[in-house]
Amino acid sequence: MITLPNARTIAVLLLVLAALASVPFLGDSFYLKLATRVIVLAIFAMSLELLIGYTGLVSFGHAAYFGLAAYGLQLLSPEYDAANLLVALPASMALAALVALAVGALVVRTRGIYFIMVTLAFAQMLFYLVRDSAWFGGSDGAFIYVKPVLRIGETVLFSLDDRTGFYFFCLCCLVFTYVLLVVILRSPFGQVIMGIKENEHRMQALGYNTYRYKLASFVIAGTFAGLAGFLFAAIDGFVSPELLGWHQSGNAILMILLGGSGTLFGSLFGAIAFVGMEDIFKERAIFGPLADHWQILMGVFVIAAVLLLRRGIAGWLVTWTGRRSPSLQERDDA
Amino acid sequence: MRYEKKRSASRRTVIKGLGAGLGLAAAASFPAPFVRAQSAPVKVGILLPYSGTYAKLGDAITNAMMLNIAENGDTLGGRPVEYIKLDSEAAPPKATENTNKLILSDKVDFLVGPVHSGVAMGMAKIAREEGVITIVPNAGADQITGPLCAPNVFRTSFTNWQPSFPMGKVLLDKGLKNVALCYWNYGAGKQSAQGFIDGFVPNGGTIVKEIGVPFPEVEFQAALTEIAAANPDAVYVFFAGGGAVKFVKDYAAAGLKDSIPLYGSGFLTEGVTQAQGAAAEGIQTTLHYADTLDNPENKAFRAAYKEKFGAEADVYAVQGYDTGTLMRIGMDAVGGDMEAKNDLIAAMDQADFASPRGPFKLSAAHNPVQNFYLREVKNGVNEVISVAYEGLADPAKGCTMG
Amino acid sequence: MDSVFLFIQILNGLQYGLLLFLIASGLTLVFGIMGVINLAHGSFYMIGAYMALSLTQLTGSLPAALLLGIPIALVLGYGMEGLFIVHLYRRDHLDQLLLTYGFILILNETQSIIWGDDAHGVPVPSWLDLSLPLTDTLSYPVYRLAVSGVCLVLAIAMYLVIQRTRLGMMVRAGESNREMVEVLGINIRQLYAFVFSAGICLAAVAGMLAAPIESVYPGIGEQVLIISFVVVVIGGIGSIKGAFVGSLLIGLAQVFGQVLLPEFSGAVVYALMAAVLLWRPTGLFGRA
Repeated sequence: MITLPNARTIAVLLLVLAALASVPFLGDSFYLKLATRVIVLAIFAMSLELLIGYTGLVSFGHAAYFGLAAYGLQLLSPEYDAANLLVALPASMALAALVALAVGALVVRTRGIYFIMVTLAFAQMLFYLVRDSAWFGGSDGAFIYVKPVLRIGETVLFSLDDRTGFYFFCLCCLVFTYVLLVVILRSPFGQVIMGIKENEHRMQALGYNTYRYKLASFVIAGTFAGLAGFLFAAIDGFVSPELLGWHQSGNAILMILLGGSGTLFGSLFGAIAFVGMEDIFKERAIFGPLADHWQILMGVFVIAAVLLLRRGIAGWLVTWTGRRSPSLQERDDA
Repeated sequence: MRYEKKRSASRRTVIKGLGAGLGLAAAASFPAPFVRAQSAPVKVGILLPYSGTYAKLGDAITNAMMLNIAENGDTLGGRPVEYIKLDSEAAPPKATENTNKLILSDKVDFLVGPVHSGVAMGMAKIAREEGVITIVPNAGADQITGPLCAPNVFRTSFTNWQPSFPMGKVLLDKGLKNVALCYWNYGAGKQSAQGFIDGFVPNGGTIVKEIGVPFPEVEFQAALTEIAAANPDAVYVFFAGGGAVKFVKDYAAAGLKDSIPLYGSGFLTEGVTQAQGAAAEGIQTTLHYADTLDNPENKAFRAAYKEKFGAEADVYAVQGYDTGTLMRIGMDAVGGDMEAKNDLIAAMDQADFASPRGPFKLSAAHNPVQNFYLREVKNGVNEVISVAYEGLADPAKGCTMG
Repeated sequence: MDSVFLFIQILNGLQYGLLLFLIASGLTLVFGIMGVINLAHGSFYMIGAYMALSLTQLTGSLPAALLLGIPIALVLGYGMEGLFIVHLYRRDHLDQLLLTYGFILILNETQSIIWGDDAHGVPVPSWLDLSLPLTDTLSYPVYRLAVSGVCLVLAIAMYLVIQRTRLGMMVRAGESNREMVEVLGINIRQLYAFVFSAGICLAAVAGMLAAPIESVYPGIGEQVLIISFVVVVIGGIGSIKGAFVGSLLIGLAQVFGQVLLPEFSGAVVYALMAAVLLWRPTGLFGRA
């Protein structure tokens, strides 16, 4: 049911990719870091899109897995030495996956509003545990003093401390995440979870154990959120309990709205728009004194976007390039 | 029909694309060519909360700092000053991004902020890496001038440990030997409690009960009942803002005020006595400032602040004011030459001046060495009773500087 | 623990739970009957608290403030439903979540513009400003008991309205089958507008009643929002009875979590929720 983007969409995507790949050559370290952040947020939003856009599960606690993996890197980093990427990255993602499995086992039994509230509540529980327990470095957050390196034996092949190298590493992770999620969605497993989104009862009647499929989707999404969280922590080497907070989860949902639910690549546009939007609203040159109350502008924008901009940036792009994915069509028909 | 739709959609896509492009341009905020001339403005980047719970603190600090520099003809070391304000939202996940923006994009000469300790941690991380001169005008996390201390990082406020330490001796002098502790169970609360314990237990005091209330929970009935059950000689607490208002009122409403005296770190009654009303009367606290401090600097500062902003200055304003003084001392020493960074830092390091709070100098870890005053709320005002500790420095555990 | 103090702690938990009920009941009504998730519910609690502040200053009495505040809250709720929420009935929960999140941003900043960022106290009405001595040192504020009483009365009233009146019948029918209600000639639009306004009003009333206890400061809405979510989940969506039992359970869990598990007291209520869900995935009184 998932259609690969058509030639024109792919052309646009490749252009965006080329634009992103050229950012390091601007030679401006601020933009490099900003673009790194955008890419990492795009991975985060994309992982949530698997749940919201394709499984029909609106998770409002997705930041928990993002934040846990970020803390995973912090915990695995020795104070005066670099963690090995080959160990720290899989371990942090596994931590996110395990917790997603435990939470998911409980929450995917619920649906609708229930699911939203239960995911939120579990994320809050994890937030309090991380903030208040002694293992995680306290409410003020903690540092990763030395960035992780890719080390085989004694040889260091690559260090995330190199900002350009780290940037391309994140970009590769984004492409990897996108491709892997497309493969997953085009597999029989993907057909089933999309079927669950359309009509869970029908899938059950067809003999599928929908619980297991939803749980698997929840764990995959949590794992990729973990990838994003790990990378986020490596950008500046600082983690704080608020990374698990509900504002962070809300931001991911907002990115999906802006990008357009129903297309994986929309998450990338969503992340760009999300980061850009705030800067625009805070710009006194455009909004004058209203810029001091930018949260009102943001709120009005969000409400207007929900009411008017129903298919997000990706929706326009898909329409423009002439072919529409079935899930979009369905939203229009609803 | 379909065609029409496509067309309009495509037009809007272009507009959207333009919008996104504008966004990036706005994010760049057109970095000005970096001029090294002496007449070029000094850029002061300010990362403080201007929205949410801490907005009031952010405004007071900003106002007072600008007041100070305005008194110097709006110059630092003879150069005009350009302020670049950024709302920190008191959100730690955005702390490094905002700091990056000020340092890497706006290329500020001084970085001032923040209020929130979590934001301070993220900011300190970047500031240490980039070496920009940073002044923390409030956030009290002990770590900033402890294990994370750095030559380019200064603080004009306090460590969380500092205001609580002097109270231990004050209580023992009053013969109050068995004390219950109650605080918000997060960074600032825990460090504040530790400060009290360090000043109280080694001198013969006993902590009979320690109650951590989850931050920012303000339902205190359970804690009050536990205090009553423990029946100590006195209670020492750390709460601030809305929580402080509520705790003081609840404590009085539970009838405990008459039987078990309440003491606290100064934030318990700072800027909130109006809201606390009669419940706050008679409460004694320790802090590095009091509105009624009788020194010429304080009187002049309070008068100027009131005239300019129509509001009473508070401890946060004083911290902002001294941030301005510290920058002035540094810039005067090098005649406004930011290139002479080592000399600038050395001059700030040696700063020794009369602040509205009393004598001000910096410890080797760049945290203020300052007086702590015992204050009592009388008619809604924190009146100074005595100097509880003269020239107290933070132990700066883990700082290898100096 | 001394049995007297045990008794007082139970009282603390119940008292806190009753106040939570008032907030959560509005939330569960809107969820259950309209199928709409309203993140801005906590913001109306905040607005209630600030209305109590301004209106008591204006009128000099809290009961008068309540009388003025209730119609204001109803109008706000009615307006929000008619202008915004009405577009969401056929949308998915994602859109509801985001739209009401937008409201949180706007209402928080509006609060800051109108009332500033100071913390304020709202005086307890003088005729309730008393304390009942419980032990030698500890006494209990009468106002808290009075608020509990009001919450209890409102809970009973809500139960009666929903179980015994024609309005309640429509509400119950709307909850189970929207089309059926429409076929029966009941105006579902008006019904929804009424339910939403009532939900907002309950949140605002809770804020006004709590103002003298809680004091008033920016951000008080968000704290109660998530805890009322937990209440609704435990009790079962749409169930007033569930919200009642859930509130009291959470109140007690909060108090005893603080006393017995101080290190993890922030997480205790969520652990309780997890336990209930393991046992009953749709909450204590929820329907599948």
